[in-house]
Amino acid sequence: MTLLATSIPGSSNNGYVAAAYIVFFTIVLVYVAIMALRLTRVERGLRELGERSEDQPANEIRERETV
Amino acid sequence: MSSRTSPPEERSENPATPPQGSPNRAPRGFRTNTKYGRGLRPLSIATIAALPLALALVFFYAPIEAEEGFLQKIFYLHVPLAIVTLCGFVIGGLLAIVHLRTRDRQWDLRSYVAIHMSLIFGVATLITGSIWARGSWGHWWVWSEPTLVSFLIVMLLYATYQPLRFAIEDPERQARYASVFAIVAGAFVPLNFLAVRLSTEYLHPRVLGSSSNLPAPMAFTFLVSLVAMSLLFATLCSYELMAKRTRMLLKARSRTLGFR
Repeated sequence: MTLLATSIPGSSNNGYVAAAYIVFFTIVLVYVAIMALRLTRVERGLRELGERSEDQPANEIRERETV
Repeated sequence: MSSRTSPPEERSENPATPPQGSPNRAPRGFRTNTKYGRGLRPLSIATIAALPLALALVFFYAPIEAEEGFLQKIFYLHVPLAIVTLCGFVIGGLLAIVHLRTRDRQWDLRSYVAIHMSLIFGVATLITGSIWARGSWGHWWVWSEPTLVSFLIVMLLYATYQPLRFAIEDPERQARYASVFAIVAGAFVPLNFLAVRLSTEYLHPRVLGSSSNLPAPMAFTFLVSLVAMSLLFATLCSYELMAKRTRMLLKARSRTLGFR
């Protein structure tokens, strides 16, 4: 986009256009990256939960659920 | 009062009274059969298709404006962002009304996500607007311009939403107070917009209304950009809702199994 904006002749404002679009896509990218990090945390939690519930005997969990 | 700043789904349950019965039981006030991620895939595909299309139209189809030249291309980004932001705030208010009517906390969560996303889009609107103003007017910000100042007021108003929300510890009260705020602030948004439109002295160009005379290719490009931005907003909201619900269910499940 920067290349496109700077390649158009006859205007000194091309940099502003490039900056505006870059800012927008950076904000979206940062947001998606944060969400991806959170998703990784959820995935890890899910894996831990699975491992721990496999380690514990099923009847122990059932007892706890009914308390 | 609490200094904790976790999102609503993490505070939706009282840790002192863990849910019992079904391991998948959701926190109080939430329906278990709600599917927040429903439609995420088609929405994502539509967004991925619409955004490059909008960009292609902006840079290769829409003619270069006579007065502003290439700088006018920011208009296809900044204006849809502003419209989607303001609509998001209003939608947040409408969802809060549904929450207060039904007392179903899923609506509060939706309202929270709509406002949260609108704030992010609002920041992008302010930055892209400032960049355009610098290129067009030679100033990053003009305090005498009602459109700019009114948008900033709306943003500052909504900037208090999250501190207000997370300052309340009780989840029920938190949801109720946040909904009341969302409704009042949501009603302020169109009133504020109307007040600015009625204002006679302004520098900011009018885009919509009888005074705008966009040529057909520009109007079409603007419309596609608006649709793309709306799709992006809807996709990110859906994504956020799905992530929050997954975390919420994971926590509920962990507590039920007595792991934490």
